[in-house]
Amino acid sequence: MAKILKMVTQRLALGLLTLFVVSMIIFLGVELLPGDFAQEILGQSATPETVAAFRRELGLDLPWYTRYLDWLGGVMQGDFGKSLASRRDVSELIGTRLLNTLFLAAVAAVISVPIALALGVLAALYRNTIFDRTINVFTLTSISFPDFFVAYILILFLSVKVNIFPSISNVSSDLGFWEHVYRVILPALTLTLVIVAHMMRMTRASIINLLASPYIEMAMLKGISRSRIVTHHALPNALAPIINVIVINLAFLVVGVVVVEVVFVYPGLGQLLVDSVSKRDIPVVQASCLIFAATFILLNLTADVLSILTNPRLLHPK
Amino acid sequence: MSEETRKLTGFTRREVLASGAAAGAMAAGLSIAPGIARAAPKKGGTLRLGIGHGSTTDTHDPATWTDLYMQVVGNASYNYLTEVSNSGELVPELAQSWDVSPDAKVWTFKLRKGVEFHNGKTLDSGDVIASINHHLGEDSKSAAKAILDPIAEVKADGKDTVVFTMKTGNADFPFILSDYHIGIMPAKDGKLIDPMSGVGCGGYTIENFEPGVRTTLKRNPNYWKTDRAHFDSAEVLSITDVTARTNALTTGEVDAMDKVDLKTAHLLARSKKVRLEEVSGTQHFTFAMRTDTAPFDNNHVRLALKYALDREALVKTILLGHGVVGNDHPIGRSNQYHADDLPQHAYDPDKAKFHLKKAGLSSLKVDLSAADAAFAGAVDAAVLYKEHAAKAGIDINVVREPNDGYWSNVWLKKPFCAVYWGGRPTEDWMFSTAYAEGVPWNDTFWKHDRFNELLVAARGELDSSKRRGMYFEMQKIVNEEGGVIIPMFANYVMGLSNKVAHDKMGANWAMDGFRAIERWWFA
Repeated sequence: MAKILKMVTQRLALGLLTLFVVSMIIFLGVELLPGDFAQEILGQSATPETVAAFRRELGLDLPWYTRYLDWLGGVMQGDFGKSLASRRDVSELIGTRLLNTLFLAAVAAVISVPIALALGVLAALYRNTIFDRTINVFTLTSISFPDFFVAYILILFLSVKVNIFPSISNVSSDLGFWEHVYRVILPALTLTLVIVAHMMRMTRASIINLLASPYIEMAMLKGISRSRIVTHHALPNALAPIINVIVINLAFLVVGVVVVEVVFVYPGLGQLLVDSVSKRDIPVVQASCLIFAATFILLNLTADVLSILTNPRLLHPK
Repeated sequence: MSEETRKLTGFTRREVLASGAAAGAMAAGLSIAPGIARAAPKKGGTLRLGIGHGSTTDTHDPATWTDLYMQVVGNASYNYLTEVSNSGELVPELAQSWDVSPDAKVWTFKLRKGVEFHNGKTLDSGDVIASINHHLGEDSKSAAKAILDPIAEVKADGKDTVVFTMKTGNADFPFILSDYHIGIMPAKDGKLIDPMSGVGCGGYTIENFEPGVRTTLKRNPNYWKTDRAHFDSAEVLSITDVTARTNALTTGEVDAMDKVDLKTAHLLARSKKVRLEEVSGTQHFTFAMRTDTAPFDNNHVRLALKYALDREALVKTILLGHGVVGNDHPIGRSNQYHADDLPQHAYDPDKAKFHLKKAGLSSLKVDLSAADAAFAGAVDAAVLYKEHAAKAGIDINVVREPNDGYWSNVWLKKPFCAVYWGGRPTEDWMFSTAYAEGVPWNDTFWKHDRFNELLVAARGELDSSKRRGMYFEMQKIVNEEGGVIIPMFANYVMGLSNKVAHDKMGANWAMDGFRAIERWWFA
């Protein structure tokens, strides 16, 4: 156990370093983009004078390293700065968006992970039958379509033809929990269709891989039923790769769903990031990117810890 | 405003309405399109709008507004000194009446009495002056700075009168005060209290504002207009994806949307619950040539390019018929002094070749920068143009520019590029924004002495028929010698639920001149 704690601490420290590097790369990246905040906000109606006044007001006329150090100093004290556009605190701006993103990811995960695992186990159990082929074809088809297309198909059937779900996820904080779930059902289903194949195929493949090993053969010779072999003998040993795939998909649910957000007009973090990049609102870009990077770091760490915990050989090394 | 003043200053838009039945019955004040029979508007309900703009960086400060989202929200929460009515006429709003000195230099505005801001403050001249000064001065970042620049001095004359002194005569000045940037906000000690707060004296108060997502508005119980603001509340959603917006309208999630996808408009029109509405205003798309750069510094080259474009084909393919051809000047048919008798530039490869020869060239190769940020379909339009021009021996190389940063990196920089203009309600405003010598948005870098002379003369002229003559001549000059190719004027095409009713729709801007929330009601 002490070994795990040590690993977690080490990884968290490394994670912090990664975040620092990420923040620098993002800042430089946005800096390299043509045009700055003042020009982008004023757009076609910008004049040299108004752009200059805008820059003076926001301190954009200072060199980039001064602004970066200012920002870094603030972050060290837990202050992520203010949005250049609205002068509101970045944390306030991002708060509700992050909750929305996490909510959608959670709903999608609650639907997709059990389905993927169950389908994976069943597919391994009934390998090469019609059932196996059908779900393979179905899930691979849905992962092959771009996610906005899957979204439009769902909208067409479940919203336009039969009006059971709303076509846009118009959520606000004063909605009740179930009303909120109801309004995000279509985006959650879209994401489910997009990620199930990956997790399901991995489950199936790892189990089938194990089915060829001698200890499974032994179990078969003992006369244990196929389903018991799969769930009790093969699955526990296949967990490590499955967990890794699930975690990667969870990370995708948090950071990679901007297209689905746009199609369903869902006010998540992805949309905020895209907006902020296109307007060069650096404090918001930085904070969003740090959240995304932290999500990856933490989820990967979780995956590693879980893999170790499910594998006695790693948990008790000689 | 007396009948006398209106005649004197030529405000009425009779000419515009000559084609409509309402022309004879035009009245000043707030009566909406008299002469058109309609049922009395009903009160109540929540209007939900799906707008194809909006960004997390939006604020309530009108100085930085650039797109329809804040324009629609702002026209519900703010009032202006003047308003362009749904029939294109200038009517009083917070200003009750105005007068002008004979040289069109001193404008005196009488304010409406007893109007209250959302925060309870009563409107007075100090608020108006602070709201105007918000756009002026060294530190202004306002897009309205340029249009308010002609003001030499603004001062109060008592609590209810504001006097503007112009640098030169300006006959159209009251029109400028209807610009969506110049919302009147409450002030204290000569300073605006908080331009970010959204407090105005409009028909709706801001209840909740999530930039880039939604705004909820509630009816202002103390609103001074009695025949406006029929909805109890309104919700404005930012839905930038056109398919999502269309779905939201057809499934009843919103009651109206802007910017219908023209390619699927005919399918949307089939729906029983939804109807299409379009108005033809001043919105136009251009290809701007920098006249200070070779080869565009030669007018024969410019003429060759003007004749090498099949405008009808562009209106048919890019606008799918939702627009009209342009004639290489920015004055729309709904403008008061539109030159109807000006010969239309048509597609004529032989004439184009003739002008090339006159310019001493046997062939011509130019780069045309375009991106869909300029206007929807700009890249397709440029490619079509390339095909048309090839027949005249002109080789147009279409350069696809990134949408991101188009206005800062391409527009006003590249010698030949696609541009979008919302148009302006008056000739002077349009010409002084983008065609006068040396103004920042003169995207053709065009200089024409006679034109600039006429511009100043017409601005200070109060006689309507003299102005007409001058504006006609200016349109002719831009048409023949300008650096701009204006292939088409695009309609504003909107989708409305059949539940929504409205009067004649304003054509000056999309969504009933931005005033949908205040003007519409549920049938």
